[in-house]
Amino acid sequence: MSNTAQRPDAGAPQSAHCRYVLRLADTSLILAQRLGEWVGHAPAIEEDLGLANISLDLLGQARMLLAYAGELERRGRSEDDLAYLREESEYFNVTLVEQPNGDFGQTIVRQFLVDAWLHELHEHLQQSKDARLAEIAARSLKETRYHLRFSAGWMIRLGDGTAASHGRVQAALERLWPFTNELFASDEVDREMAGAGIGPAPAALQAAWSARVAAVLAEATIVMPQAASFPWFGRQGRHSEHLGYVLAEMQSLHRAHPGASW
Amino acid sequence: MYTQGLDSLGKDCLRDEAQVGGALERRFQAHIDAEDKIEPKDWMPDAYRRTLVRQISQHAHSEIVGMLPEGNWITRAPSLLRKAILIAKVQDEGGHGAYLYSATETLGVSRDELVGQLLEGKAKYSSIFNYPTPTWADVGAIGWLVDGAAIMNQIPLCRCSYGPYARAMVRICKEESFHQRQGYDIMLRLSRGTPAQKDMAQQALNRWWWPSLMMFGPPDADSKHGVQSMRWKIKRFTNDELRQKFVDFTVPQAEFLGIRVPDPQLSWDPAAGHYRHGPIDWNEFEQVLKGNGPCNRERLEARRRAHEEGRWVRDAAVAWAAKRAGSAAPRAALTLLRRNHERRYA
Amino acid sequence: MSGDTRDWPLYEIFIRARSGLDHKHVGSLHATDARMAIEHARDLYTRRQEGISIWAVRSTDIVASDPADADALFEPARDKIYRHPTFYDIPDEVKTL
Repeated sequence: MSNTAQRPDAGAPQSAHCRYVLRLADTSLILAQRLGEWVGHAPAIEEDLGLANISLDLLGQARMLLAYAGELERRGRSEDDLAYLREESEYFNVTLVEQPNGDFGQTIVRQFLVDAWLHELHEHLQQSKDARLAEIAARSLKETRYHLRFSAGWMIRLGDGTAASHGRVQAALERLWPFTNELFASDEVDREMAGAGIGPAPAALQAAWSARVAAVLAEATIVMPQAASFPWFGRQGRHSEHLGYVLAEMQSLHRAHPGASW
Repeated sequence: MYTQGLDSLGKDCLRDEAQVGGALERRFQAHIDAEDKIEPKDWMPDAYRRTLVRQISQHAHSEIVGMLPEGNWITRAPSLLRKAILIAKVQDEGGHGAYLYSATETLGVSRDELVGQLLEGKAKYSSIFNYPTPTWADVGAIGWLVDGAAIMNQIPLCRCSYGPYARAMVRICKEESFHQRQGYDIMLRLSRGTPAQKDMAQQALNRWWWPSLMMFGPPDADSKHGVQSMRWKIKRFTNDELRQKFVDFTVPQAEFLGIRVPDPQLSWDPAAGHYRHGPIDWNEFEQVLKGNGPCNRERLEARRRAHEEGRWVRDAAVAWAAKRAGSAAPRAALTLLRRNHERRYA
Repeated sequence: MSGDTRDWPLYEIFIRARSGLDHKHVGSLHATDARMAIEHARDLYTRRQEGISIWAVRSTDIVASDPADADALFEPARDKIYRHPTFYDIPDEVKTL
């Protein structure tokens, strides 16, 4: 057990490769955590099961990726060390996934925007020169396809359902849209990974993502919002106010018993 | 999990016992005596139908309400593996609720109506879920004890005379043993852990032991309607028989964990080959059942909130389906299905 | 329209457990459309790899025989034992029959 809270500054800086894998891992983990909040409270039993399944898939992806990131980091940190003993600024998920669940509509909008992005990302990552990452992506892609089917289906039902549901989905989309810029923004890590053939350049995903989103929004009779410009960058550890609470809740028990095994 | 000893006939059921003796009734009972299954469209006495509706729906409600106490720890589970296990487990409870509502619906009552009864506070559910889960160890104790008691209750139900209920129970029992084992696994890890963890495990056993014994329902002497349910093969063992079996199985498991069952009168009776437990506080049981347990209000409020807040979603889906009018979507799907079928055999 | 009084329609679900087997009835669920029915069936009835194919049928579209007709429908087959191969006594000397 290596629960002694090693800080990133305790050793060598994380490589871009490790950083990149952590970004993927944290994105899956935080979204899984958010969906976990729904269990027992969804609009219908069947939807409860559906959201739980997606949460489980994402959690599985996060665990594989965290274990891998731990290896790349070479500091002996396990998936749990990484999940439970890092602070907000050391988390590198996209800012979109930490946004609150809101109502079912907001959860679906968030899910759909992320699923459509992950779908493109996993497609590309299957071709990664990093064989381990390519394998994880290939497994994840099957799950992501189902998630997208689920969330797109609900986007359409809610968007084109009643006036009330339409209004809620349109509002949720406008609230969350500003966080989608980050999905396609590049920094040094992305450029290094793209150069090494490990990950796609974020911008390369945008055209396919936009086309898919536009098609579903059209069927949902929802209007695509204007592009907003605030440069959120959770992938660099610069988060909205919400992540701190997510982590406080998630890590509380684990941190209260340092070194304990569960 | 399971609904306890609530499987008694209501007052409204007793009237129909006057019907006993009719030709249909005799034939029905002969089927049951021959261990044949009763299926949805078969003739059955009204009292049998009502007893089943009540019992299966209480069982379904218990599964759904039962998601809440454990769901309370999903976001705080202390490792990612435990988090995944817990989500899968609580999700299973939801699935069990769905299977059971589905079985109830074969008796001609809609899920909507049953859920309505729950939300209005008119339906019962297992009183055990009105207790709080203040620590992680409670998640372990629920899996070990509550699901353990559930399995004890449910295995005989796999042979229940009503086909859809029996089949749902077969499916549920298969899934349930994972629940009990993951619970015991949590307790095992805690009891071999730090002093604080071990104490957490002991406190959880203290909290859940007596309510678990209550899950089997009132003592046989006070259980007026058990006889008819036994005759109809809805019930196969008495409350006390099952409770005894549970105690006999569970006490050695607690010993293995190295934690103490909170019953100073607990003793081994070598002549009978059974553990003897102290008196159960049936007053507490009655109070919790009446709605005065520690979390009754919260549990129902949580269910009501989910129902209310989900209404616009359910309505939207219905409206959308209606817009794709003439049920074009289902028809398209069926055509597709047939085409696939043909392709497979082509 | 109200979520109170109007539940989602009921679908009966059939699952093919493995390649080569028939679809088998596993239970029902509620859904508003065909796509949702398949998704719900997947989430509800195949959490443990119980299937590789799903059929969903609106419950109201199922036509069933009446148990009261069981005698008329199924009894007549009972005395036609000559339909079964075991009805015929073939001498041991005759092979591959």
